[in-house]
Amino acid sequence: MALEIAFWVLAAVSVGAALAVVLLRDIFRAALFLVLCFFTIGGIYVTLSADFLAGAQVLIYVGAIGVLIIFAIMLTRESRRGSPSGRLRLPALVVGLLFLVTMVLVVVGTDWNVVAEPPTEPTTSAIAQALFSGEGFVLAFEIAAALLLAAIIGAIVLVREK
Amino acid sequence: MAVGLEHFLILSAILFAIGLYGALAKRNAVVILMSIEIMLNAVNIAMVAFSRYGHFITGQVFAIFIMVVAAAEAAVGLALIIAIYRSRETVDAEKFDLMKW
Repeated sequence: MALEIAFWVLAAVSVGAALAVVLLRDIFRAALFLVLCFFTIGGIYVTLSADFLAGAQVLIYVGAIGVLIIFAIMLTRESRRGSPSGRLRLPALVVGLLFLVTMVLVVVGTDWNVVAEPPTEPTTSAIAQALFSGEGFVLAFEIAAALLLAAIIGAIVLVREK
Repeated sequence: MAVGLEHFLILSAILFAIGLYGALAKRNAVVILMSIEIMLNAVNIAMVAFSRYGHFITGQVFAIFIMVVAAAEAAVGLALIIAIYRSRETVDAEKFDLMKW
């Protein structure tokens, strides 16, 4: 029961924060609402009993990406002009609503094959098994490391003063 | 009313639709990047919900990889925005026409 209340509260707050991100004109406040949205999504991972991912969400999204976005807003002095909508506002609204209606109809209409077992807890060792065991995702893990290194070097090269 | 897989999937769809609207409608490049992050998070919620209710861990492993790609994308995207702001003095996506034919 407590889990249900937590889900409804977190879902309402995250949807409200996401709406604030795309609707507010003050771009700095939009960034703060984005951080709130990330944080509540971390809470939703907790209701899904994904403890490791909830921790990673708070560390990576709330900590790193939130700070990065606020930095970018401060470095580009565009905040005075707010975040106006472009010419594509109405088509974007139509596309978003069409997508939403399609997805809701598909989700409600499908007979999902739900397993009634209790969730695995704690998930950290299970994730480590899946990542590093012989038939796991070791190659993808190494490629992710190379991708992060390339992204770091690319970001440094892009913003370096000539 | 018990919360089930459908609730999480519909929440994920709502967040994805909001992010899609923001990415298409906004003119500030930083806000577009923020909307893309919302979309990536919505996909992650769907992944973790399938992992929880289908009882396999691969969904969470994929969510970790999505987080890695999102972090790399945010770093490179914001670096690009700052580089463009230096040369063009604007972050308005409708004024980026360097590569327009």
